[in-house]
Amino acid sequence: MLLKNSYLVFKKDLSSELRTRYVINSLLMFVLVTISIIRFAIGDERADNEILTGLLWIAVFFTSVSGLSRTFVKEEEKETSVALKLSTGSDSVILGKLIFNMVLTFSLNALILLLFVIITDYQIKNLPGFLIVLVFGNLGLVSASTIIAAIISKANSKGTLYPVLSFPVLLPLLITVINATKLASLGVETDKLFGEIQILISYFIVVTVASLMLFKYVWED
Amino acid sequence: MKSIEIVCDNLSKIYSGKVIFKNLSLKLTTGNSISILGKNGSGKSTLIKILSGIISANKGSITVSEDNIPVPANLCYSRIGLISPYLNLYDELTASENLRFFCGLRNNSNDGMEEKIEFYLNRVKLFDKRNETVKNYSSGMKQKLKLIFAVINQPRILYMDEPSTNLDTEGIDIVYETAEKHKKNGILIVATNDKEDIKLCESSLNIEDYK
Amino acid sequence: MNKIFTSLVFLIISGVIVLGLALPIPNIPALGDKARVLYFHVPMSWISVLAFFMSMWYSIRYLKTKDHDYDIRSYSCAQLGFLFCILATATGSLWAKFSWGSFWNWDPRQTSIFILLLIYGAYFALRSAIDSEDQRAKLSSVYAIIAAVTVPFFVFIMPRIVESLHPDPIINTQGKINMDSSMLTVFISALTGFTMLYLWMLNLKIRVEKINYNKLSINE
Repeated sequence: MLLKNSYLVFKKDLSSELRTRYVINSLLMFVLVTISIIRFAIGDERADNEILTGLLWIAVFFTSVSGLSRTFVKEEEKETSVALKLSTGSDSVILGKLIFNMVLTFSLNALILLLFVIITDYQIKNLPGFLIVLVFGNLGLVSASTIIAAIISKANSKGTLYPVLSFPVLLPLLITVINATKLASLGVETDKLFGEIQILISYFIVVTVASLMLFKYVWED
Repeated sequence: MKSIEIVCDNLSKIYSGKVIFKNLSLKLTTGNSISILGKNGSGKSTLIKILSGIISANKGSITVSEDNIPVPANLCYSRIGLISPYLNLYDELTASENLRFFCGLRNNSNDGMEEKIEFYLNRVKLFDKRNETVKNYSSGMKQKLKLIFAVINQPRILYMDEPSTNLDTEGIDIVYETAEKHKKNGILIVATNDKEDIKLCESSLNIEDYK
Repeated sequence: MNKIFTSLVFLIISGVIVLGLALPIPNIPALGDKARVLYFHVPMSWISVLAFFMSMWYSIRYLKTKDHDYDIRSYSCAQLGFLFCILATATGSLWAKFSWGSFWNWDPRQTSIFILLLIYGAYFALRSAIDSEDQRAKLSSVYAIIAAVTVPFFVFIMPRIVESLHPDPIINTQGKINMDSSMLTVFISALTGFTMLYLWMLNLKIRVEKINYNKLSINE
């Protein structure tokens, strides 16, 4: 029942998103703008991997804090949350939204990475290791941003509040993931990144469990 | 069918320092119906929201029981139907997608779901428009769709907040007919100021008495 | 009782200030007299972390009971924690200026306290963005808990991965205490004194907040 309802919520969000393309369109533009700014800032020079990794994560972080809140904010603004509350428990809602945000983030990040590599000539020496770190980093990023999106959907001044609230919570993750992707891009072996990957996995688990436990308080009015 | 009962004990709601109502007690069982009266802004909708479990009261308790066995608070929603102005369905989905989504959430299996949706859509004469997105509906059509949302899962307690807003006479007739039918096996609670709506209910409660 | 408590706080803290500045400091390599900041900096940092976790604890209590009293406590802890966090940052960077050459070097310890400041700031920003009291209490409690489960990643895990120049915390990895007996006495009294000061201030703060809250409900 829980899994089926989560899947239904996910499917609903996905089909309404595919129909309106509200988030996707604006995020695609956002990604393009960010990447072109990076391109113009760097010019024809080739920047070091240290700087490029940082720039990559700036693009990733701001893309997620400008897009991931939409799924909750929309339910509140369009007053559809009441209908959802009367139809299913809070657990399926948070799980469904979490899966939706994961799909959104993974597809956007694939695009960001692709564009980034093409435009800035970013060389990744240890690609498998890089991708593993990226995947686990994204998992934690999504679960923390989703619960914070749920919190700010009930507050005023949602847009400005979102980065303010997510940044401190995400910083341990960001520092670890930036460091690990930088090392991977410089060619460090995957097994030497094990410590970082462990932190990313435990961050993901801790934040997800906390979100699942706390979401019911956010969801009830 | 199991008997249903809702008991509210000494409910109070204070919103940013302002008393909406206090010490409100209520007991309703199968076949009972009550209308909630009061001026605009007096807190009728707030009371409906609290009774249906959407928001919580500051004091007091609400118990829903079936055959005298209390229903756990986190499952109460599955016994409730609600039609109200602050409840919207998804604009960007079609009528039948909306209903399929909400039916799917409430029921374990999809058996008979399509027939049920078709029946109700025919009933309010929206079947021809079932594949149009709700965005393109008029407010009356939306209200009819919301009526289906409220009753399609056979709720035991039906809350109606201003049910006849935006409806033509035909629509109002359907609302009344649905309400009359529901009253036989469940509880009906209507928040309204409309004189015709009040006639639906056997008793009434004026929220101004609880200030 | 209250009077005895406050005079005790006053005595201990005056003692710490006088003795902390007057007593000779054992010769610790590379620290010397600069080690005196430890009597003030460590208690401040300890209290800012303590207040943070107390705030989280009261947040959990609030979500369980929905009793506004706990929200008031949680908020008061956060306010005092923020104050002590600023003091810890200030004393820390003063020391850093003279030991490391600049006020701020993004040492992992400094980053940790910076995060703590950011979390406190975000918590207050969230509170001021919600109108309804119940919602404010509930959402800020949830945020405090979410933030608190991510803080250990910073305070405990990061410094072990990124190398830090910060002198070992009170008890270092070998479990030894690098202080002679007189220094240790002053240090322990400083910890006790400032913690007591914090508890006394907290008590006052909670009472003030309660009066404000009750006034609000009576007036309207």
